[in-house]
Amino acid sequence: MSSLMHQGRATYAFFERNWNLTKRYWAWEIVWLVYNIVNAMSVTYIGASASLITGTPINTNYLILYLLIGTSVWSYLSVTFEGVTDMITIERWEGTIEHTFMAPISRFTHLIGSCWYAVAHGLLFTFIQLIVVGAFFHLDLSHANYLTAVFMLLVGSISFIGFGIGASILPLLYTERGSQMSYIVRAILLLVSGVYYPIQVLPGWMQPLARISPATYVLDGLRAGLLNNQVFWSAEIWSYTWPLIITGIVSVPLGIYIFRIAERYAKRTGKLKRNG
Amino acid sequence: MAVQNLNQTSLLEDVVIDPTKDAVVIDGVSKVFTMDNGAENFTWPDGGNTPFAGGKGTALEGCFRVPALLRWPGRKPKEEKKREVRAVDNVNMVVKRREIMGILGANGSGKSTLIRILSTLLIPDTGHVSIFGYDVEKDERMVQKLINRVSVEASFFKKLSPMENLIYAARLYNMPAQEARTKIRTILGRLGIPGDRIGQPLENMSRGMQQKVAIARAFLTAPIVLLLDEPTTGLDPRSKIDVQNFVERLREEHDATILITTHDMDEAEALCDRVAIIDKGRIVAMGTVNELKQAVAERTERTTPVTMNEVFMHYTASHLITDADIERYGSWEKAFEAYEAQREDEEE
Repeated sequence: MSSLMHQGRATYAFFERNWNLTKRYWAWEIVWLVYNIVNAMSVTYIGASASLITGTPINTNYLILYLLIGTSVWSYLSVTFEGVTDMITIERWEGTIEHTFMAPISRFTHLIGSCWYAVAHGLLFTFIQLIVVGAFFHLDLSHANYLTAVFMLLVGSISFIGFGIGASILPLLYTERGSQMSYIVRAILLLVSGVYYPIQVLPGWMQPLARISPATYVLDGLRAGLLNNQVFWSAEIWSYTWPLIITGIVSVPLGIYIFRIAERYAKRTGKLKRNG
Repeated sequence: MAVQNLNQTSLLEDVVIDPTKDAVVIDGVSKVFTMDNGAENFTWPDGGNTPFAGGKGTALEGCFRVPALLRWPGRKPKEEKKREVRAVDNVNMVVKRREIMGILGANGSGKSTLIRILSTLLIPDTGHVSIFGYDVEKDERMVQKLINRVSVEASFFKKLSPMENLIYAARLYNMPAQEARTKIRTILGRLGIPGDRIGQPLENMSRGMQQKVAIARAFLTAPIVLLLDEPTTGLDPRSKIDVQNFVERLREEHDATILITTHDMDEAEALCDRVAIIDKGRIVAMGTVNELKQAVAERTERTTPVTMNEVFMHYTASHLITDADIERYGSWEKAFEAYEAQREDEEE
């Protein structure tokens, strides 16, 4: 019981610490939010201009929403991923990495504690982005089921956390540019998951990658909820949910296991230290 | 003196500590690091720190070298490949409970590596380290409950305040925030940190004040073994004395065992029950300050008092000066000068 209480306190310590850091770096948070919104608008304008570009009438509202969902998920994935991989980068930069790694807590507590703030942060960013961009295009959201949207993002988050923990070994092992190296994981997810297009347009050899990417199912579920008003207990949404549950069950323990191996390697080679 | 209950915090509720055991046992510990030659932080594919292939040669030869970027990645001339650095070499040491043990050594002598091994941040290649019988590698979590560390650089989130940083640490060490807040104010007050600074970002504080906050963090978690890695380096004399007083108080009030690395001989003399001198990763002398002074005085046939600086220089000279050396060169000083000259020649 005492141990559970301890791990609970430690988990909250990471959340509180990250919230305090967010408050102190508020200017950066605004810049990052504006960047995401501008990025989303740039992509969404492609949908708005599709009729003009092709010279054929198309359902612009549908296309804009399709792209907006893609860019929102991409933004959510980026913010969450950034939060997860940053747990190593920021600590190395601030010089606290050694102190955190010698604290008497399990690595599971450390990683999950850091991740749940990233998820909350990502959800808030995505919500603000959706509101701002949605208002800009006067979208018809009468068919949108927001509950399904939140449900899909939360279920998908478990897998994103697993992938993020796996990717965070890069800044652990590569002290100089490890954080930037983790971008490759995000880039591959962007390419294969159908963020801006249906995965059917991908070459045949890429399709299996799309099938194991959790982002594919999150996007499909979100589109079904926001474009077609599917409730989250419907059969269609379930068909996107169960692969996410399986991916989550596999990716989180696997991510933590890989992280432990990397940590042990870092402790053997002396890489577990601050910069400079 | 009355023995205090070692299990005095909620963190240690499920930890069994045998106070009759030695606090720290270091048994034949060695650590070798493999490093790239050339620039430590960045190397071109050939292992050098210029875009041209590495290796020694004349300027003309350099002009005709194939640029590394055009070479097959990973191919390195043999002499440019990894080199090994023996940071800690077969160290043996036993530290008794409530003892303050000083580890003296020059920069790069292996002090910090040893402390990082004790802190569970580094796994030794050979040997074992135990804290009150718990192995630092096998019983990592248990050891982490018993120790805390203060490093030469105060490691904090500098944008956060001392209170925010210490509350974070308290939660990691299973202390309720309410209890921690009261303790933090008391400890920081005793260390001379004004109350109005406790909520201000640490980046606005002097290095001395930041280091005092680091000491407060260690005190807050009431460690049974405290590892201090050059805690007073770069501090002004007043801050040094404050920190030293606090270390002594930690031992008195919490029954803590303390390992402190330093190159400040006065500090070692003032604080430590025993000192170990480390050079090139090896422990070359160990004992009380008086024992070491006496040993050096006898070896150098000095009649005037020997200082700790002289003790340190004696043991960290390029060679351990033996009686045979003194006989060969005529005196201890002449032997020391001869070996230093020899070392300089070798380094060139």
